[in-house]
Amino acid sequence: MTDDLIDRLTRDLRPVGPGVVARRLILALAIGGAVALAGMALVLGFRPDLATATASRMFWMKLAYTLGFAGLGLWCVARLGRPGLSAAGRLPWLLAPLVGVAPMVAMQLIRTPSAAWRPLVMGDSAMVCPWRILAVALPVFAALIWALRTLAPTRPRLAGAMAGLTAGGLGAAVYALHCPETGAPFLAIWYTLGILAPCALGALAGPRLLRW
Amino acid sequence: METTEGELKLLMLAALDGDAGAYRALLGDLRLRLSGYFGRRLRRDADDVEDLVQDTLIAIHTRRETFDRTQALTPWVYAIARYKLIDHYRRRGRRVHVPLEDAAGELTVEDRSAAVDARRDVEKALAGLPERIRRLLRDLKIDELSVAEAAARAGMSEGAVKVASHRALRTLMDRFAGGRGGNDR
Repeated sequence: MTDDLIDRLTRDLRPVGPGVVARRLILALAIGGAVALAGMALVLGFRPDLATATASRMFWMKLAYTLGFAGLGLWCVARLGRPGLSAAGRLPWLLAPLVGVAPMVAMQLIRTPSAAWRPLVMGDSAMVCPWRILAVALPVFAALIWALRTLAPTRPRLAGAMAGLTAGGLGAAVYALHCPETGAPFLAIWYTLGILAPCALGALAGPRLLRW
Repeated sequence: METTEGELKLLMLAALDGDAGAYRALLGDLRLRLSGYFGRRLRRDADDVEDLVQDTLIAIHTRRETFDRTQALTPWVYAIARYKLIDHYRRRGRRVHVPLEDAAGELTVEDRSAAVDARRDVEKALAGLPERIRRLLRDLKIDELSVAEAAARAGMSEGAVKVASHRALRTLMDRFAGGRGGNDR
């Protein structure tokens, strides 16, 4: 029985090049990101002042913050898709974007009298921001889950969470092309919540979605 | 002759490049290691051992691209085997924690004569205990199952397993050391 199986597997052997895992994850991210961008452009539209906004520091701060999460999440996913490799050494780095944005949050709050903090913290869209980020992130999340299912995640909950975090980061970056908010505290609170939402979704659904 | 991690990894690298001979040799070797690995953990489900070996070989085949050529091979194989074992327990409706052991040492089939001697001594010592407790200690201390696994196998709660095994060990220690065994109280 097992002899037959080994015969069959040997006959079925095709060469596998290095870099297949990385290529598949990048492909998933590209497809999911393209769908997210197209969906966002159709439903929400780009911010009207996009051309001038690119001159502001806050615009790039938002992109760096969100893409930071996406990159760090992907960095963990790349390990979690391979049996025998732990992502434990990489998880602490997930705090880096928060640490990076903290000085800007402190500076804006210090420069503003506390009576005028509300717009910095709440902006005009605090209540819809996390939900919209979650929605924009969903195509990316689906594509990453597809990619992970072809790999071999032995810790499906953590792998799902990291796929969600990556999708949340990229989704938030896409959403930043729509969202005109300029408060660093707004970014640190509401964008973070929006990024954590698909992360939580991945942690909940990972064990079910990532069985192999 | 025992194949080493280095030799196995060379076979794997050749197999990834399409060398069928190397691949056959690798799968033949891994099959034995996996039989040992699952056999030690599923003594009462011997029929399942072969199924798990086959499942794992298929997973190794279909997921071979997830092997990182810069890493050792046996931890990769072991992680897949462990995942399949947990999946097996899960399908049986058991909640278990399979501890992460020294991955490199786990799949090597080294000379076991020392282990066999130790096992005989322990079996002798266990002879005075009730059968249920005996099996529990064997599961925990010799087969190195986790408390959760041993509890599932014995149909006891984890707490009951801990208490029972602790008491039994005290009994044994008292018997060997003439009552001076317990120093934890």
